[in-house]
Amino acid sequence: MNIDAARNTFFEEAQELLRQMEEILLAFEAQSSGEEAVNALFRAAHTIKGSAGLFGFEGVVGFTHVVESVLDRLRGGAIRCGEELTSLLLDSGDHIGTLLAAAAADAAPDDAALRRGRELTGRLASHLPPSAQTPLAAVNPPEPEAALAVSGGGPLGGVDTWHLSLRFGAEVLRMGMEPLAFIRYLTTLGDIVHLETLSEALPPIESFDPEACYLGFEIDLRSAASRQEIEAVFEFVRDDARIRIVPPHAKAGEYIDLIRSLPEEAVRVGEILIGAGALTRHELERALQAQAADAGGRRLGEILCDKGVVQAPVVEAALDKQKRSEEKRALEARSVKVPADKLDLLIDLVGELVIAGAGTQLLAGRTHRSELIESASQVARLVEEVRDAALRLRMVQIGEVFGRFPRVVRDVSRELGKDIELKLSGAETELDKSMVERLGDPLMHLLRNAMDHGLEPAAERLARGKPARGTVSLAARHESGSIVIEVRDDGRGLDRERILKKAVERGLVQESQSLEDGEVWRLILQPGFSTAETVTNLSGRGVGMDVVKSSIEALRGTLDIESRPGEGTCMRLTLPLTLAIIDGFLVGVGGAQFVLPLEMVVECIELPAGDGADGRDYLDLRGRVLPFLRLRELFEVPQPAPRRQNVVVVSHGGRQAGLAVDCLMGGCQTVIKPLGVLFEKLRGIAGSTILASGEVGLILDVPQLVQLATGREANRLGGAARQRALQS
Amino acid sequence: MNQAQLAVATGARAPVGLPAGGEPQQYLVFSLCGETFAIGIRSIKEIIEYGHLTEVPMMPELVRGVINLRGAVVPVVDLAVRFGRAPTQIARRTCIVIVEIEDGPEAAAGAPQVIGVIVDAVNEVLDIPAGEIEPPPSFGARIRSDFIEGMGKVAGNFVILLNLRHALSVEELSGIVETADGMARDAVPRELTLAGPGLAEGTND
Repeated sequence: MNIDAARNTFFEEAQELLRQMEEILLAFEAQSSGEEAVNALFRAAHTIKGSAGLFGFEGVVGFTHVVESVLDRLRGGAIRCGEELTSLLLDSGDHIGTLLAAAAADAAPDDAALRRGRELTGRLASHLPPSAQTPLAAVNPPEPEAALAVSGGGPLGGVDTWHLSLRFGAEVLRMGMEPLAFIRYLTTLGDIVHLETLSEALPPIESFDPEACYLGFEIDLRSAASRQEIEAVFEFVRDDARIRIVPPHAKAGEYIDLIRSLPEEAVRVGEILIGAGALTRHELERALQAQAADAGGRRLGEILCDKGVVQAPVVEAALDKQKRSEEKRALEARSVKVPADKLDLLIDLVGELVIAGAGTQLLAGRTHRSELIESASQVARLVEEVRDAALRLRMVQIGEVFGRFPRVVRDVSRELGKDIELKLSGAETELDKSMVERLGDPLMHLLRNAMDHGLEPAAERLARGKPARGTVSLAARHESGSIVIEVRDDGRGLDRERILKKAVERGLVQESQSLEDGEVWRLILQPGFSTAETVTNLSGRGVGMDVVKSSIEALRGTLDIESRPGEGTCMRLTLPLTLAIIDGFLVGVGGAQFVLPLEMVVECIELPAGDGADGRDYLDLRGRVLPFLRLRELFEVPQPAPRRQNVVVVSHGGRQAGLAVDCLMGGCQTVIKPLGVLFEKLRGIAGSTILASGEVGLILDVPQLVQLATGREANRLGGAARQRALQS
Repeated sequence: MNQAQLAVATGARAPVGLPAGGEPQQYLVFSLCGETFAIGIRSIKEIIEYGHLTEVPMMPELVRGVINLRGAVVPVVDLAVRFGRAPTQIARRTCIVIVEIEDGPEAAAGAPQVIGVIVDAVNEVLDIPAGEIEPPPSFGARIRSDFIEGMGKVAGNFVILLNLRHALSVEELSGIVETADGMARDAVPRELTLAGPGLAEGTND
C-alpha cells in the first residue's frame, strides 16, 4: 500500500474519530453518560495515538497519550466527568486536531499551538494520579528521579495486585539492559509489595560469566495500571526475556464487563481480549506461536488459560462476544468508501441508460409485438430499479450537517452567556450529497443569528415569563418533492418597528408605505441590513442574511420567514432534492413538451370551456378558488389554442395552483440535465431533459412560475392604477 | 491559447490570426444573412443539420433553443440576431455549427462552453495565409468591430473572420438573457445598449 495513501487514510480516520469524541463529549454535557460512551471515547483517543505512532507523529502521540491517560482514569471510575473536564477534553480534542493538521502539512506546530499544548497538558495532568504522570515524559523533558520520588508514597486508587514473573535472558546485560532499572521503573506504575529474586539459575563460580544475566524475579505489584502499561515497561527486553503478567483476580470481572461493552467489530478472540486490555499484543503473538507449534490443534483460549495469562471466565466472555459479533456482522453490510466522482459517473451512465431504455420501449411499442414489448418493459423496470439504487448511493442523511451544530451551539452559548438548548429533528432525512455540502454554511449562519439576535438574555426571558433556557430547533422533513428545513427559536421575534425604521433610513421603503409582515421580514434579506444594536463577534455586521438568501437561491431554494413578537422566529428553507433523475409528468404547450416534477402534480382537470373566457384566471375546484396560469400566454405561443385545454393542479409549499396546458402526455422518467450558464438567469425553467424521442424537453420550475405570474399581475395592476390616477 | 487570441488580447491589432511560423490557418467559410463569414477551424467541434430543436420560452430571439447533442444539452444561438439582423429563416441548407468557446477568464475555471450557431449554409474550408489577413475596419462591416478578428482575402473578396470569444461571450449572452427576462420585453436590439468589452478586458488568460 502506498504510504501516502495510508497517511491520508490516517488523517481522514483521525478526523472522524475526533468528531466522534466531540459528539460523545457533548452528550456528556447533556446527561451523565454510560460506560459505553467512556469506552468509545477512550478507544478513539487510543486509536489516534496508535496510528499516529505508526507514522511517527511524535507530537500527536505525546499529547494524545496524556489525554488517553485521563480517559483511562475516567474509564476506571477513578475520576468523574464534570463540566470542567468535559470542556478540557473538548479543547484537547481541538488541540489534537491542530497537531494533526500540522502533521498533515508536514510542518511543526507553531508556537501558539505548542503553548496551548503545554497549558492543556498541565491541566490534564491535574486529573492524573501523581504516579501515572511519568508518561508525560513523552511530552515534557524526562525527570526520572522526580518521578521515582513521587511514586514512593502516594496512595493509589483502584488498587490491584498483579503478579509478574520475570526471567531475564542471559544476553540482557550484554545488550546494555539492567534488570534493576526495569524494576525501578516498575515502581513508577505502582508499589512493589513483594519481590523474590530467583538465583537458582546461577552456575557454579568457575563457569560463571560475569556478562551474563542469570536472575529471575517474582514480583507482586500493586498498581492501577493496565496490563498494556505494565508490559510496556519491559518493551526493550521482551524479546530476550520471559515475562508473564498475571492479572489480579479482581480484574477478571472487570475484563468480562469490558469485553461485553466492546463494540461488535473485532472477530478474533485474541483481538477481543486485547481490546479489553486482558491481553497484550505481545502475549497474543506468543500464544499464537504456541498454537501454531501445538500439534493437538488446541484453541487459542485453551492455550492462554493453560499459561495462566488469562483466566478461563474471561476467555469465555470473549468467545461469547465473538459469536455475537459474527452474528451482527452477518447482518450489517460493511460500508465501502467510494470517491464521489466515480459515483457521479455511475449516476450519469444510469441516466443515459434510462433515456435509452425509454427510447427502446417507445420503439418496441410501435412494433406491436407483444413479446418484444414485454421484454422491453421488463428491462425498463430493472433499469428503474438500478436508477433508484444508484440514486440512493448519493443520498446522505442531513444529520451529517446537523452533527456539527451541537458543538457550535455549545460554544456560542458560552460566548454569549446564554443558556441554549438545541433540538434536532429529522436528522435522518435524506438528500443529495452535493446539496448537503452546500447547506452547512447557510444553516450555520441562521443558527448563529437565532442564538445571537433571536434569543433574549436569560433575565429578559424570565421577565417575560419564559423559561430561562432558550431553545433553538433545527428540523428537516420531506414535503412534496422538496426538502424543508426549519431553524426556529423561541426568542423575542423580529422587531417590526426597528426593521422598518432601518429600512426607511436606508431608503429601502418609503415611510408612508404600508407593508405586510411578510414583506417587512423579507427586508432583512437585503444586503447590508442588520438591526443588531451591538455588533457582536458572531453576527450583526449585516453581512449574512443576504448571503444566506443568495446561497439558498443558488440551490434553487427559497427562504421564508415567520415571526411573532415575543414568541420567536422561524426561518424556513425549501429546497429541491436536486436529484439527477426525477419522475416527471409530460405536458404539451403549443408544439413543445414540458416536464413537471410528478411529486408536485396533485390532479389534472379539463379547463371548463366557459372558464377564463371572461379573462379571469381562476376556476372553481370543488368549491375552492384555484388560480391558474396560462402557460400559452406566459410562453407567448403563436399557434391558436386547441379546442380543449387541461389544467394541471400543482402543489408547492402548501399552496395549490393550476397550470393551463394544451395536452397531457403522462408520466416519464426524467434525467435532469443542467441548461448551462447561458440560461442561468432564466426563471420558470428548472432544467432540461432528453425525451424518449431524443429531443430536449424543458423542466418547469413551478414555484418560480407562480412567482413570475404573481409579479406580472401585480405589475399590470399597478400600471393600470397609475394610468387611472393620471387620467383623473 | 492561439496566436490570434494572444494578438487580440495584447492589443496588437495587426496583423492578427498569425501562427508563429506564418503558416496558413484553416477557416470554415459559411454564409449568414447573405454575407460570408469564416471561423477558425480549431474551435469547431462538428457541423450538424438543422433540426430537432427545442425552443426555450421566455428567451430572447438570440437564443433559438436547445438541442440534444448525444446526451448533452447544447444551446443554439442565432448569430444574425446577435449581429443586429433579422432572425435567420430556416431553409434546406441551414446548419448548426457546434463550436467550443474558451470564454476569457472563465476558461481557467471550467470546461469550455459548447454552443451551436445557426448558419444559412456551410461553404468550404479554406487555408488563409496570415499575410492575407487584414485588420478589421473600425466601421463599415455593420457588426461590432470586436466581433471581427480580421478580414481574410479570399479570391479577391474580403471575408469577415469572426472572433467567437467576443461574438459568443457567455457573459454577455447571459446578460442579454437577464435583461430579456424582465417584465417589459421589447424588440429593441440589445446589442446597442451593451457596452462592448474593451480590448484590455480579454487580457492574460
